[in-house]
Amino acid sequence: MTRVAVVGAGPAGLAAASAALRAGAEVTLLDAAAATGGQYWRHLPPSRPAAREARLHQGWRDFTMLSRAVARHPRATVIAGAQVWAVEPCAFGDRAPTLQYAVGDADGSDRDVRTLSPDALVLATGAHDLTLPFPGWDLPGVFTGGAAQALAKSERVAVGERVVVAGAGPFLLPVAASLLSAGAEVAGVFEASPAGTLAAGWASGAASVAAMPHKLGELAGYVVGQLRGRVPYRAGAGVIAAHGIDRVEAVTVAALDADWRPIPGTERVIACDAVAVSHGFTPRLELAIAAGCALADDFDKLNPAGLDGLDPAHFDGLNPAGLDRLNPAEPAAPRPWSRFVAVDDDQRTSVPRVFAAGEVTGIAGADAALREGGLAGWLAAGGDPGDRRVAAARRRIARYRGFARALDAAHGIRPGWTDWLTRETTVCRCEELSYGRLTDVLEATGSRSIRALKLATRAGLGPCQGRICGRTVESIAAARNGAPLDGVVIDRRPIAAPIRFSELARLPHPEERHEP
Amino acid sequence: MLPPERDPIAPAAPEAVTIIVDGIPVSGVAGQSVAGVMLAAGRLAWRTTAAARRPRGVFCGIGVCFDCLVEVNGARDVRACQRIARDGDVVAFQDETLPGGAA
Repeated sequence: MTRVAVVGAGPAGLAAASAALRAGAEVTLLDAAAATGGQYWRHLPPSRPAAREARLHQGWRDFTMLSRAVARHPRATVIAGAQVWAVEPCAFGDRAPTLQYAVGDADGSDRDVRTLSPDALVLATGAHDLTLPFPGWDLPGVFTGGAAQALAKSERVAVGERVVVAGAGPFLLPVAASLLSAGAEVAGVFEASPAGTLAAGWASGAASVAAMPHKLGELAGYVVGQLRGRVPYRAGAGVIAAHGIDRVEAVTVAALDADWRPIPGTERVIACDAVAVSHGFTPRLELAIAAGCALADDFDKLNPAGLDGLDPAHFDGLNPAGLDRLNPAEPAAPRPWSRFVAVDDDQRTSVPRVFAAGEVTGIAGADAALREGGLAGWLAAGGDPGDRRVAAARRRIARYRGFARALDAAHGIRPGWTDWLTRETTVCRCEELSYGRLTDVLEATGSRSIRALKLATRAGLGPCQGRICGRTVESIAAARNGAPLDGVVIDRRPIAAPIRFSELARLPHPEERHEP
Repeated sequence: MLPPERDPIAPAAPEAVTIIVDGIPVSGVAGQSVAGVMLAAGRLAWRTTAAARRPRGVFCGIGVCFDCLVEVNGARDVRACQRIARDGDVVAFQDETLPGGAA
């Protein structure tokens, strides 16, 4: 029997586990959180039942059906609180990579350390908020949109009494709705992209969007049902500074041009006790990179055409992530905001027996993640590629790629945002690196090496390992000195999560690991 | 936190959990994270940064940014937003000032 491991129990991971079970595999589903659902379906713990919890979610029935079906299946093992901290590629290519994971209290010191060597692996690790720096964003009371939503949905805590929501993308709407549901006042929702960009971007993907009734209904529901008349919404505006001594007391909002440059003279100050800001999403790539998966930084390369399974030629010319080698040719302008795991039309990565699905392969929302996960899980389990559902899934996924493109065209980060930074603005929160220091080092060294820049400035070397600042730093460096030449990808984190020495000391001996 | 009787999702009566935060008992709802208990009790920041000695609390809320680190029951560097609060947990704040003052 094929043993399939799925990492991440959000929409993509749950769908993958369910499809792999349907195809007859033995499935292990791992997630670091205390419950399945991922960030999209992050929900109240079992100790807090609520009769109308479905109101907080989209597609809640999909979640309850999928999670119950997987949890009750005799061939499934669902392990919550399982932090995968390392992935070791298989040297001989006859197995999927080995997973090292720890089970127990988050960041606990006596977790159970375990190893898993599956026949096939589905990576569905999702994404986290991408929040661009602005003056004062390191003040307590500044949150990502994801934080505001997670605390509202899974704890019923509103991050403030009067909250400003800002950034870019349709995600701002559910964030505002979550805050309202938790009892907060939302002082305004500010979308950075101006109306013209939004209209042109979404028009470019009109056919794809129309093919996604869930997504359309979801957005219309927020605008008409929950937010209208209660929350001011403005396009072409953003929070360009947060003010306060030891906590947020107000923000400055300014109109932004099509390049997201603040328009002088449009600034106004809005009093608030919290601000929730997200400019997009960063895929969680470290496990895929550790497994050796190629990355792609262009939508058209993400899903190379070809239905005959993996053709290594598909991956030629893609960003050779994780190889840390000097690329002799002048690289194309990097697109740090849109770098994902490269997959073919079957969700196969460049590594045999490793599949990827959901936001790690492109930001296209939960509908796409469900389809991609289902396809990945089915094929990872050795399911029949000629099954009619496979062809149907491929067609749907191709349409969702159009949605991802439209999303990027309408809401993607524009280069003018750096105009709202000051020399004093913190860029790397962990290491307290300022924008002025970063640009001084870039100017003094002329460096086009991400590694050298990290060592010179400490950007990305703190506890978060560049998860928050990494792509910002890459983007600033590329804009000043040209595309980095050293091939170092800031998402590379061989130790994917902190592990304590006491836990390492209890690792199984290598000879004990290779169980049949 | 929204009082349960005003919550549109009609929650059942919550079960309490009490943790000790910086020596003071703080009550929350069973199943909440350590960060959620502290935020609901009105505390927004708890860590002090190494160089500029600035206050930090929750930023990303989903275990990515490591800004909300606390000491729980004697173990340092626990993400408060990820750790589920258990009755009697002792939470202490981390001051990361380096020897010799600001870096």
